[in-house]
Amino acid sequence: MVPRIRTIIIFGVALLSVTVHEAAAARIGEIVETNPWDQIRRFITFSDRGLRLSLIGAILFGAVCGLLGSFIVVRKMALFGDAISHAVLPGVALGFLWSMSKDPVAILIGATLAGLAGSLLVGAIRRTTRIKQDAALGIVLASFFAIGLCLIRIIQNNEGASKITGLKSYLFGDVAVLDRYDVIIMGVVTISTVILFGLLYRPFLAISFDRQFAVSIGYPVRILEALFQMFLAFAIVISLQAVGVVLVSAMLITPAATAYLLVDRMHRMVWIAMGIGIVSAIIGVFLSFLGSNLPTGPFMVLSASSIFTMAYLFSPKYGRFTKWLRYRNRAKKVREENSLKSIYHVLERRGMESSGNRVLITDLSSHRKMSVTKIFKEIKNMERSGLINLEGNSVSLTDDGFEKARSVVRNHRLWELYLTNEANYASDHVHDDAEKVEHFLSEEEVSELESYLDYPQKDPHGKPIPGRASA
Amino acid sequence: MSLYQIFIEPWERHASAYWPILAMAFFVTAACGLVGNYLVLRRISLVGDAISHSVLPGIAIAFILTNSRSGPPMFIGALVAGVITTLIIEVLHSRTRIKQDAAIGITFSTMFAIGVILISLHGSHTDLDLDCVLFGKLDFLSSKEKIIMGLPGVALTMGMVALIVGCLIVLFYKELLVSSFDPNLAATIGISPRLVHYLLMCILSVVVVSAFTSVGAILVIAMLILPAATSYLLTDRLWVMMLFSLIHSFLSAIGGIHLAVAFKIPTAPATVVCGMIFFVAAWIFSPTHGLIRYWFRSRASVNGECIN
Repeated sequence: MVPRIRTIIIFGVALLSVTVHEAAAARIGEIVETNPWDQIRRFITFSDRGLRLSLIGAILFGAVCGLLGSFIVVRKMALFGDAISHAVLPGVALGFLWSMSKDPVAILIGATLAGLAGSLLVGAIRRTTRIKQDAALGIVLASFFAIGLCLIRIIQNNEGASKITGLKSYLFGDVAVLDRYDVIIMGVVTISTVILFGLLYRPFLAISFDRQFAVSIGYPVRILEALFQMFLAFAIVISLQAVGVVLVSAMLITPAATAYLLVDRMHRMVWIAMGIGIVSAIIGVFLSFLGSNLPTGPFMVLSASSIFTMAYLFSPKYGRFTKWLRYRNRAKKVREENSLKSIYHVLERRGMESSGNRVLITDLSSHRKMSVTKIFKEIKNMERSGLINLEGNSVSLTDDGFEKARSVVRNHRLWELYLTNEANYASDHVHDDAEKVEHFLSEEEVSELESYLDYPQKDPHGKPIPGRASA
Repeated sequence: MSLYQIFIEPWERHASAYWPILAMAFFVTAACGLVGNYLVLRRISLVGDAISHSVLPGIAIAFILTNSRSGPPMFIGALVAGVITTLIIEVLHSRTRIKQDAAIGITFSTMFAIGVILISLHGSHTDLDLDCVLFGKLDFLSSKEKIIMGLPGVALTMGMVALIVGCLIVLFYKELLVSSFDPNLAATIGISPRLVHYLLMCILSVVVVSAFTSVGAILVIAMLILPAATSYLLTDRLWVMMLFSLIHSFLSAIGGIHLAVAFKIPTAPATVVCGMIFFVAAWIFSPTHGLIRYWFRSRASVNGECIN
């Protein structure tokens, strides 16, 4: 963990020093022409300083959202994050009112205080009344948001609409209004969050997965949770200008949920969530850069959701499509092995089990209880994979196919024997179970079974258990 | 600004402008509040939040296609969007390892983002813009609507919705009551909890969609929960709770208008702020569940222990 943190700090400081040396940057919003190709060229060549600033901002808050979002998702606090992100709005307005300008420090302090007040209020309502968590979250979310809207309108009435433009970007996000100081604050918050969670990774892991355990080994759980909520408020606040109050919770939840679909280990999930957060923030900046005067937040959220959809479909372990493929392959394997086994059974009944001996397709179809046309289609497939030879209206096993058939029959009979001898099953109850298990026994399991059963010759029904090829 | 200007002038000089706003605000909060009682009791308050966010793309598409804020197309669009959202949440939650809260969060934020993009791509429009999504259009309803029976058309429609919701809830009172408190008992006496749930969801989406244009997408959640939560602190009986939530709706509608006049702010957020003030008051002073009572009781029990 420590060397990683070091590289991140170096990287972050390098980023910051680049931004600090930038001269007063032109803002994206000031660009007049919006020819998409021109814009794409500008984007790719980074010719625009304001754009560079927004991209650095996007990277910073994408990373911090992914980091905190991972903990939120595994702690099942997604809707808590949503409530807190709405609750910071009055703080933004008050911070604005205090300094009467878009002073990032005042807004940061105001919004953090409002976020913390919101989370304290949720806790207080839940503790002292019989109102449950969901309603408490709803009350805090909507009331704080309404107060914030009222304050914004009051500021607008007193100060005129021109002053409010900076404040408007807090609702739906506008990455173009980020200036150097905003980005420096984002950098400071991101780096301190990464350092904190790097140093206290284990305690945070413990309170996220097993709070009782964390208490029992003496972690200061209350303090850790307060710290977590404080940094959550920080993360929300620095993302506000880019994503907006309304959608910032999505940047917390969606990248982390995507990572949750991809991996099982928490530290990998955190890294992947940070990566996805960064990527979707950059794509969001790009898309809103194409048009003029489009809010940034919704585009970031949409790109995060698209990445989520991809993970939902194609995640190697949990994807719907990959699962379906796996299921199809397994079904094909089972069908194939059952057909091989049938051929073996037919041959065995005639006492001439070996490769090369022919079996009529009609015999096979009656043994397999399948129609001839269906069987024929399967035989075609199996011929292509080199398991059997098709000659006229009969088939024979190749050496490969014969070996496979023997091993399936061996698995089946060994398992039956194991169930009757060791698990005390009646011998007429073991067939169905063995019919399933035969396809999934591994090489090692089979040899273990053999040695455990002392290399048996006959199964419970008196049929011979075929030996291995080498034997 | 004098007290006269805040409290009396609206009714003395501009009554024709403020009556419809009051009526509309009351109808919206009342309809929402009635449904909200069951959301709070069933602990599914945030479903209201999710639905109100996710109908936005449906409303936006209907608006862009028909270019009017008329009822039926918007309603169909919202309904389709709502159904799609429910399906996606269900699929994500049951078919993957994503938990329900994250599934809700992902789905409604995506739908909302689509809606916001559609609205901002369509250009600024006076009838449906981002301000409408945030603040609601409660203040603008009297400008060009046709007046029927002293009320503008939208307010009348909302009143009908509130009335229908009220009738449905009275009609299915027993079913809702039993299935909210004890779904197992409901199933044994032949009320399908699932059916009641879907009925409730239908009513909820009707209410949310009709409230949408006047209070916006986000403040709806306050209209749903605040009256119910407030009355939940004041009584233990369901029908009293529903009555209290109606009173709460009425008081916060009036209070909201005066607050809006006093600070020159939109009426919808002002109504919510007012409702929140009532909630906090109930939280502190409720005779049965209030903070003061809670505090005295815990002190009394400590003293009692000391004496014993």
